[in-house]
Amino acid sequence: MTAQFAAKRLGKELQKINNSLPPGIELVSADNFEEWLLDIRVLDNNPLYRGHTYRLKFKFASSYPIEPPEVVFVKLADRLIPIHPHIYSNGIICLDLLSSQGWSPVQNVESVCMSLQSMLTGNTKDERPPGDEEFVRANRLRPKDIDFFYHDNNV
Amino acid sequence: MIRKFFQFNWKRKAAEATISSSTILPNKRILASAGPESSVVAAAAPPTPVTTASNGMDSEDDFMSAVSSEDDILPDDDSDNDDMSDAEDFDFDDEPDPDLGMHKDISDSKKAPFDISFKVYQPSDIQRQQDELINEVNMILDISKEEAAILLRHFRWNKERLIEDYMDSPSRVLEAAGLSQTTAGPLKREVIPGFVCDICCNEEEGLQSFSIKCGHRYCVNCYSYYLSQKIAEEGEAARIQCPADGCSLIIDARSLEILVAPELKKRYHALLNQTYVEDKETLKWCPAPDCQNAIECPVKKKDLDKVVPTVACLCSHRFCFGCREDDHQPAPCELVKRWLKKCKDDSETANWISANTKECPKCNSTIEKNGGCNHMTCRKCKHEFCWMCMGLWSEHGTSWYNCNRFEEKSGLEARDAQAKSRVSLERYLHYYNRYANHSQSARLDKDIYHKTEKKMVQLQKESGMSWIEVQYLNSASQALQTCRQTLMWTYAFAFYLSRNNLTEIFEENQKDLEMAVEGLSEMFEKPVTELADAKLKVVIMDKTSYCNKRRIILLNDTADNLANG
Repeated sequence: MTAQFAAKRLGKELQKINNSLPPGIELVSADNFEEWLLDIRVLDNNPLYRGHTYRLKFKFASSYPIEPPEVVFVKLADRLIPIHPHIYSNGIICLDLLSSQGWSPVQNVESVCMSLQSMLTGNTKDERPPGDEEFVRANRLRPKDIDFFYHDNNV
Repeated sequence: MIRKFFQFNWKRKAAEATISSSTILPNKRILASAGPESSVVAAAAPPTPVTTASNGMDSEDDFMSAVSSEDDILPDDDSDNDDMSDAEDFDFDDEPDPDLGMHKDISDSKKAPFDISFKVYQPSDIQRQQDELINEVNMILDISKEEAAILLRHFRWNKERLIEDYMDSPSRVLEAAGLSQTTAGPLKREVIPGFVCDICCNEEEGLQSFSIKCGHRYCVNCYSYYLSQKIAEEGEAARIQCPADGCSLIIDARSLEILVAPELKKRYHALLNQTYVEDKETLKWCPAPDCQNAIECPVKKKDLDKVVPTVACLCSHRFCFGCREDDHQPAPCELVKRWLKKCKDDSETANWISANTKECPKCNSTIEKNGGCNHMTCRKCKHEFCWMCMGLWSEHGTSWYNCNRFEEKSGLEARDAQAKSRVSLERYLHYYNRYANHSQSARLDKDIYHKTEKKMVQLQKESGMSWIEVQYLNSASQALQTCRQTLMWTYAFAFYLSRNNLTEIFEENQKDLEMAVEGLSEMFEKPVTELADAKLKVVIMDKTSYCNKRRIILLNDTADNLANG
């Protein structure tokens, strides 16, 4: 299978995204079929995230959507990394959905954004994952190569 | 316990009767004691699980628990009759045999307590075992073979539990294993008008699509790409689920046949075999490179502190069934792990430093005193202090080069700590040096083995001996290597032993074996011309059998003591 496979699917997704996106999700750029940027914000009044917008970077391999995309939060002058017990301060997200085991090819960019949105909405803990500092300092791995231990699917 | 055993035996016989054609005895199965390569290890006794387990057990309680652990593994045993027929040798009563001591004596004579029974399976045997189990379940539960395979994998090949649970509640079992109850027609590629693939978003007319029983339908392209990714990239086989989010239905072998390329099918089946061996506690792969055999051994994980289950594969690799390390008799797995870690750690370096050095009281540089007087001047910070009491040198006043503050309390304590550390380090080094020495010698013995082969050829030419007549050199060299391996681990073992009478016996045995090994080793230094001498041949053969005997005595003794705690 070549990159064509991913391109075809991403083309269709882009078409749909350009037509309509759920509230709180905005496409920032999708110039190619390798890397897209999107903004998300929470819709309720969760004091942890209210008034903030967060930038997401999607990276697609040629095996997308069989394999999950690589999704991280990006830090910019006006975009912070949301505080969450499953989000490291370097933007890496520990979410079952984004691992090969939890991923389903039926998922797409929009559904991932919505999952992340609800992951933020549902959170009340003002904290980083345990061992965040050490992880951020020492990690040189790509998110997909990290063996996360999904011990808690409720947050 | 024993009643249950019988019941099971009967049940199985009944099952075999109904499906007699499907339970053909695999003819390639090799009994440990029958294999030519393994004859060194497995002595001359048949692999009798029950008698083995009872060896070295003195109390009735031990005996009972040994039988019960045997019993546990029997239900997931395959349908070979070897175990059965062997078990029948043993006289089963409802009461444990009061004459146990006598039994032990008898079995001792035919089988050593450190020897454990095992079987070697080749890839075709492994495949056949699975097929047999699948066929059985297929007949008994009236489900397709593919479904039977998935159920068996879900139950980790415990057929009895599967059948029991299935009889209780088929729907619950099917759901838990990732199977649906709906009986759809045969699965095939289909063209459905108006179909859009949710993965590639393709909506062309005439697009071929596929779904398993859950009805989540995707185009054939996406489906097969999904499967190939799972098989080739993620190494999954037994538990590949439907691509739909949250659908836990497992894709069966026949659906896979419809969808993927032939080379992937091969890989898929290889992976399935792998999960079969990995799922069963009584099966393990031979760790030798390129060896595809698996070994079956009834030793349980919880018994590993009492037995050292060394097994020998057909490829002649000898390894421990418990931890898959190279043969490490007589030391138990846990101890081996600790020993290897200890040797690898640089904790011993630290130990050495603490035993042989002190730190400058001012700048904390580590200093090794290699001679001279007690008046130390730190090379780094020029601090002057006394090596004895670590106090300032200037305070010593007139007592030049002689510390009279030595008997003070702080000084005493420091000295005690230092001495203790030194003793433990020396003890470790004593054992480590001997361990390392034998490990090194064992490597050299491998070279000797290759040289032996040459010598044997030479000897055949020069002395006119036949091939069979020079085999004594080969067996001598084999014995040498095995004994070295054992000796090596006796030292690691001894390091962890606490001092008592048994340790002294152990060390006597160790000494005897060591002397025997060195004596045999010496023989290999002799030139070929001398080897041809008939007298020397007898000497070598004697020494070989003596070495083997010493080794067996040592291992017997240790295994007995281990089993008794």
